[in-house]
Amino acid sequence: MNAQTDILQTAKHFQKELGEEYHDKVVEAIYADAARIADNCVSRDAQKAKLNFDTALDKALTHPIGGFLVMGLMFFIVFWLTISGANIPSQILADLLLDKAYYGLHGIATALSAPDWLSGFLIDGVYLATAWVVAVMLPPMAIFFPLFTLLEDFGYLPRVAFNLDKLFARTGAHGKQSLSMMMGFGCNAAGVISTRIIDSPRERLIAIITNNFSICNGRWPTLILIGTIFISSTAPPILASFVAALSVVAIAVLGIVTTLLVSWGLSKTWLKGETSVFSLELPPYRPPQILQTLYTSVIDRTAIVLWRAVQMAAPAGAVIWLISNIYLGDVSIAGYLVNFLNPLGLLLGMNGVILLAYIVAIPANEIVIPTILMLTLTLGSNIVGAQSGVILELENTQVYTVLTQVGGWTLLTAVNLMLFTLLHNPCSTTILTIWNETKNRKWTLIASLLPVALGLIVTFSTATLYRLFM
Amino acid sequence: MTLTLDQLKIGQEAVITKLVCTGITRRRMMDLGILPGTHLQAEFISPLGDPIAYRVREALIALRHEQASQIEMILVEESEV
Amino acid sequence: MTTDIAVDCRTCPAYNAAALKKLGMNVEEADYIIALAGNPNTGKSTVFNALTGLRQHVGNWPGKTVARAEGGLIFNDNQYKLVDLPGTYSLLSTSTDEEIARDFLLFGQPSVTVVVVDATRLERNLNLTLQILEITESVVVALNLIDEAQRHGIEVNERQLSRQLGVPVIPMVARRKQGIPELLQAIEAVAKGDYVTRPHRTRQYDTRLEKALEAMVQTIEQTYPDLPNPRWVALRLLDGDASIEEAIREHRLGDLSRGKSVVPIADTISLEVVS
Repeated sequence: MNAQTDILQTAKHFQKELGEEYHDKVVEAIYADAARIADNCVSRDAQKAKLNFDTALDKALTHPIGGFLVMGLMFFIVFWLTISGANIPSQILADLLLDKAYYGLHGIATALSAPDWLSGFLIDGVYLATAWVVAVMLPPMAIFFPLFTLLEDFGYLPRVAFNLDKLFARTGAHGKQSLSMMMGFGCNAAGVISTRIIDSPRERLIAIITNNFSICNGRWPTLILIGTIFISSTAPPILASFVAALSVVAIAVLGIVTTLLVSWGLSKTWLKGETSVFSLELPPYRPPQILQTLYTSVIDRTAIVLWRAVQMAAPAGAVIWLISNIYLGDVSIAGYLVNFLNPLGLLLGMNGVILLAYIVAIPANEIVIPTILMLTLTLGSNIVGAQSGVILELENTQVYTVLTQVGGWTLLTAVNLMLFTLLHNPCSTTILTIWNETKNRKWTLIASLLPVALGLIVTFSTATLYRLFM
Repeated sequence: MTLTLDQLKIGQEAVITKLVCTGITRRRMMDLGILPGTHLQAEFISPLGDPIAYRVREALIALRHEQASQIEMILVEESEV
Repeated sequence: MTTDIAVDCRTCPAYNAAALKKLGMNVEEADYIIALAGNPNTGKSTVFNALTGLRQHVGNWPGKTVARAEGGLIFNDNQYKLVDLPGTYSLLSTSTDEEIARDFLLFGQPSVTVVVVDATRLERNLNLTLQILEITESVVVALNLIDEAQRHGIEVNERQLSRQLGVPVIPMVARRKQGIPELLQAIEAVAKGDYVTRPHRTRQYDTRLEKALEAMVQTIEQTYPDLPNPRWVALRLLDGDASIEEAIREHRLGDLSRGKSVVPIADTISLEVVS
């Protein structure tokens, strides 16, 4: 026992004697040795060093104009490839899983003379929602993640952080947050994981909490659909598709603005404090290993995120089917819930169906629109012949008819749905990931509820303004 | 007058004389190889004006203006290199 | 003549590649524990993947390997467990990554520590290497990215480097699996004691400091005569390193010298709450 205290006390004694310079001297001695050894062992071809490709590339990629052009172009290419490239495989998967396999399973259930409630629960509920999530989510992720990883491995992404750092520095955050933010545009759960690259805890928490303001893959389709069928109708036909695209981009940009504002707000309130130590190394460019990257990003990122989503979608499908098919008297549980939520929904410029869809679709944003359609039809006049608890997809024109005539949607409903798509709680996969990364109840709760709170405030404000002036 | 690293212009070279910062900031600087006697060069600046990338012991390290202003230096004239 | 052929065979990569069996994650009873350390961006994960057959994501980022990754391999009938430590610039500071790496080197007692070094930035990488040499003498340096170095007109004399550091230095291009067999041989030689290292130890220029260190080492050795790295422990104690102080208070340092393996490492990292 005494020997131990003796050691510690001797150490304390010397610490006092040596003072603050101790650490510096130790480090200096090591660096001096390192420099001497490196000098002895390294020879340089000065000619070759001058013709440095990396330096030229750095100058170009961080150029005041060129740098931003390249960033915009890269961003555009990645998303264009993701969205357009995912179209065909998504359709094939939908055809396979939502059509052939779905009817196949029903065929088997009939052949086995399974009771309706069982086949309904398992096939229409659990299976359909899960298959839906896979069909909608898998192709874009399988394209987005490898592209992102290639840019990462090449060494481009740290340059993006370098270019954008000042923007984030002003809000008390870290430049690397620009990268977790971009990753969030693919998937918020992956975005939250990617905040690991931020080495200071305060800045990392800011990045985690604000990641949800990046519109993820699951939410793009909702925005594109609503933008296309509602917002574009406000413009003359010749500008229609332009206005639709503009509305979607506007929401995404609003998301970035929100990210910066909330980051700033957090560093002024809950996460007050000194900006922690900033360090950003710009690694040398390396030729990306394409095959390796494809393999690892599909396994590491896509598969993990997809698996988590499937785990979440299955129970959601079960819940959606159950609330639509269990009746208390003449009204289904869904009916009761919608009636209950309707006053609040209308106050927010939306309706009870939308709110219920968002609540049951916590696991996966992908199924919000199919759930809204199903609920609108089965609870209203069922002009298309939707079945209770069976989520469905319709042609754009049909969607418009159903939502305006049966659902009673107006332009306000559409705009507020788009805003609410941006500003609502993270999906349950993301919430789970936030918990895994922070292991902290308070921050998980804040990260989950803060966006909803903002969503409620914003939609309430727009609804009030709309009623006052329109 | 003492010069600090934030006054180093792109392309110029300097030798660090003193780290004014203390505590964890100081340690992180030293981890990155930035300590008295270290030779470095300002390579390029972020298009938004901050941070600046410095070549330090063959690596590129980005430092914010605020950090650079806590590092004292002497300029190395071109002819001496 | 026959011996010549045997030697040729031994150094032929094909011979050794056949002796390597990648085990992925299936490591149960390892004969040797190998720690993999290095700066960020040195291709550490590539080396790890090449040795274990695992596919950990190779990222161009510091802090990519946030938790420890483990994998296994069999080489010449010996089973090795490979532990991939977080990439750090130093072991003297206080970040979580550094603490994980430092604690494993100190308390995990790896049989061999492989330091992956970027040939294009040797000086910067030697800083960490020299610190590791203070902790453990069983070190192999994997001089990676020599192709990149050549592209930049940089030539590293690995024999000279090996002489100066007192440990084997294996030039390699991990991405193309170049040097992997040689690395395995060096690991085996150091693990089995066939290669006796003479690690470079940094002397302090400041005499007052050097004297204090010597006095500390003496005090420590009185209580822990078998400690493999009293000088490092002394260095850290003078720096007020809380985790080492705690190890002394909790008598874990004693376990260390008796050869018990203690691995008190947080497997996952959670954020400290900032208030």
